[in-house]
Amino acid sequence: METVWFIIIALVLTVFFILDGYDFGTGIIHLFFAKKEKDKEVISKAAGLFWDSNEVWLVAAGGLLFMAFPTLYASVFSGFYLPLIIILWLIIFRALGLELRGQFNHTLWKTIWDRAFGVSSLLLTLFFGIALGNVARGVNLGGIENSVAAYEAHYFFLPLWNSSFSPLSETPGVIDWFTLVIGLIAVITLSIHGANWIVLKTNASINQPLKNISFQLNIALGVFTVFSISIWHLITPHPLENYLKNPLFLIFPILYFTGFTGQFFVKKFKKETSAFYCSSLMIFGGITSTLATMFPVLLPSTNTVNDNLTIYNTATSTYGMSVAIPWIIIGIILMIAYFLIQKKINNGKIDDREYGH
Amino acid sequence: MEDMIFYDRLQFAFTITFHYIFPQLTMGLSLIILFFKGSYLKSNKEIYNDAAKFFMKIFALNFTMGVVTGIPMEFQFGTNWAKFSELTGGIIGQTLAMEGTFSFFLESSFLALFIFGEKQMGQKLHFLTGFFVFLGSWASGYFILATNAWMQHPVGYEILNNGKFVLTHFSELFSNPWLIPAFLHNQMASLVTSSFVVASIGAFYLLIKKNKTHGKLFLKTGVIFGLVSCLLVAFPTGDLNAKNVAKYQPAAFAAMEGIFETEHAGAEIVLIGQPNMVEKKLDNKIAVPNVLSFLTYQDWDRQIIGMDHFKKEELPDNIPALYYSYHIMVGLGTIFIAIMGIAALLLYFKKIYSYKPILWAILLALPFPFIANLTGWYVAELGRQPYLVYGLLKTAQGISPTVSSGNTLFTLLGFVALYMLLGLLFLVLIGKTIYQGPQSKTH
Ligand code: HDD
Ligand code: HEM
Ligand code: HEM
Repeated sequence: METVWFIIIALVLTVFFILDGYDFGTGIIHLFFAKKEKDKEVISKAAGLFWDSNEVWLVAAGGLLFMAFPTLYASVFSGFYLPLIIILWLIIFRALGLELRGQFNHTLWKTIWDRAFGVSSLLLTLFFGIALGNVARGVNLGGIENSVAAYEAHYFFLPLWNSSFSPLSETPGVIDWFTLVIGLIAVITLSIHGANWIVLKTNASINQPLKNISFQLNIALGVFTVFSISIWHLITPHPLENYLKNPLFLIFPILYFTGFTGQFFVKKFKKETSAFYCSSLMIFGGITSTLATMFPVLLPSTNTVNDNLTIYNTATSTYGMSVAIPWIIIGIILMIAYFLIQKKINNGKIDDREYGH
Repeated sequence: MEDMIFYDRLQFAFTITFHYIFPQLTMGLSLIILFFKGSYLKSNKEIYNDAAKFFMKIFALNFTMGVVTGIPMEFQFGTNWAKFSELTGGIIGQTLAMEGTFSFFLESSFLALFIFGEKQMGQKLHFLTGFFVFLGSWASGYFILATNAWMQHPVGYEILNNGKFVLTHFSELFSNPWLIPAFLHNQMASLVTSSFVVASIGAFYLLIKKNKTHGKLFLKTGVIFGLVSCLLVAFPTGDLNAKNVAKYQPAAFAAMEGIFETEHAGAEIVLIGQPNMVEKKLDNKIAVPNVLSFLTYQDWDRQIIGMDHFKKEELPDNIPALYYSYHIMVGLGTIFIAIMGIAALLLYFKKIYSYKPILWAILLALPFPFIANLTGWYVAELGRQPYLVYGLLKTAQGISPTVSSGNTLFTLLGFVALYMLLGLLFLVLIGKTIYQGPQSKTH
């Protein structure tokens, strides 16, 4: 049962990162590359039409985590208190940027909200990446300092950073050089993904240059990925040993690699959807590969006193998890149905769609 | 410790109050929009479609606000009430997760279609998408109230040795005797808000002599929906809720009715009076004897337990706030019935459109349904004190063990600042939409 719920939640979360990921990426591209007013308008439309229905996947993932693994939810949400609240503020700010730009036709007004949209997309992506990095690195469960515990064994609290910025210190912070690298990887990945989305959904004048840009970003991504795996060894002795134990898990890195390689053909693809599917595959592979290295651990402990949080010691009762199976099946079927209906209605380029009020 | 609880509660109270300004309007408005759209399908008169589309714009703005203020609510269970989440997540997580999976998806997917898809879909499908938006928003309210009902009156659970609550009977979450009365009352109350909004936009247009035909339609629709919902909110739904509180939370009932001493032969109903917490009595009271006993138990002489019956630790910690909130809600409810009753009479005799006093009354009444809804929730939430899960888990036991009060204060200030900005922008945009009116074709 625990494993089933782990898979369900991981899937919902991954779908969230793929879907909201493209509109985060759209924001980053918008921030750095959109210069002409027409481009700015259609690019924010390419995010604005979709962000709301994408963000429900985050709400759903949160709710499901709360239900199936309440101890993890409690521990992680209170431990990462500050970054999470900052993420909330950024989500609000980003929504403002998207919804408000079209309300008044004035350059200054539009510039303000364009910046709000772009900057908060960038920071959100960075923070989500950093969050993933934190989960991979682990935290000081129980708040052990000089072998004295500050909290119960499954609680912790992280400052935003500590003075050494080092993941190896006894009390790591949210931001250190390891998590920052993961954050940058997230930014690069979602920029590529966002660029592909813009090319797919719009006729922006920067579409041609964007293909070059995402080609170059992809090279950077390759470099960073290799780099991150090598520094991971400094933190955890054998980060990849799960793959030796379960060779089946290798499917996830292979998917990642397929998407990654495919991305190099971005200029050759005949269909614009292909590039987008490749970057989606890349995100899917990236997240699942990370989770696969950890399974069944959900949050490693960096001290030797307290155990890791796993799917077993954080789950609710078996009864609770089993009664939820029927409704989640119905729920997922409905979610997919809505998704397909929406996709059908919003098919094609959106340059001339109505948006704003 | 004490101030940690204080800031956590303050933050939750502030953010939920702000959040609930918006869903109360969306839930009711979705039904009224559906009515307009349905009338258009039947009569083919363009004016109904204009109305549906106009209110959909207001709905959409409101919805966005509901979404961005709602996500912090869900996060806060984990960030500020971690211990509570850990202990009860296996139960209230069910209903909250169902809300996420069923209602939010429904609502947000179909809202986008409703707003942008009229041309592609044709009228019948457009009505259907409107129906799904309505269904989604009411389902949302339903699941949230199921969550809250469990906190007010826990059912279907078992407490393990380590203090964790686990679910034993899934179906009891939905057959909770607290749920249905609370849900119906809440939905009717949100319909009151929306009716007032629709009616007062109508009154506004008539007063400034703009969009008069639309104004008349809005006013008429708002008044009819308003009268019905105002009556239903008081009876039977408000009454049923009061009976539930008397039955399941007698301490809260005594506090909200302002009964300091148990009265053996029939309790009076207090209309006005100020609780005096030092002398434990009501000052300057105006009351009608025996009516409360009758309203609660249909028995004029039935005894009602007063606050003297309970230990201090079992009583809500802010009795005056609870008492005033309850009396404001009920008092406003009575005033709403009066306003809508008079308006309906004037409507019946076709005098309403040119009778300025009632137009002004409806327009100026606009903020009060919001206040009634929020004070109603204060009654529910303050009355539940000092427990998070009634009778079982104290509020003080639910907070996050690792988050300091300084952190909460910092984020609270951040929320206040951000929400002020949100509120201001929202008012500007709503004002703009209303001023442009239902006929404007500009986008
Ligand atoms: C327009 C708003 C409005 C109006 C006019 C009323 N109510 Fe109300 N009331 C609410 C809006 C509301 C609410 C905000 O929607 C609450 C909060 C919890 C709930 O389910 O509904 C509520 C709760 C609530 C409770 C439950 C408190 C608890 O859970 O502890 C009682 C006993 C009443 N109401 C009783 C009444 C009575 C007798 C009314 C007679 C006029 C009345 N309400 C009018
Ligand atoms: C939208 C209407 C609501 C309003 C206006 C409201 C208001 C409040 C207020 C004023 C408090 C602070 C109580 C105090 O300081 O004594 C509070 C606390 C709380 N409410 Fe609500 N509430 C609402 C709905 C809900 C719902 C639906 C839930 C559950 C799903 C909920 C869960 C809580 C929790 C967990 C607390 C914190 C603990 C406490 O202080 O009691 N609230 N709410
Ligand atoms: C009486 C109490 C509440 C009611 C009736 C209610 C109802 C709604 C409704 C109808 C919406 C849809 C947006 C809108 O229409 O504005 C919404 C949004 C939301 N609410 Fe509440 N809500 C309540 C309290 C809460 C609480 C306590 C939480 C915390 C778990 C919460 C979490 C959310 C979330 C996460 C959203 C955004 C969903 C999205 O992305 O679409 N709400 N709420």
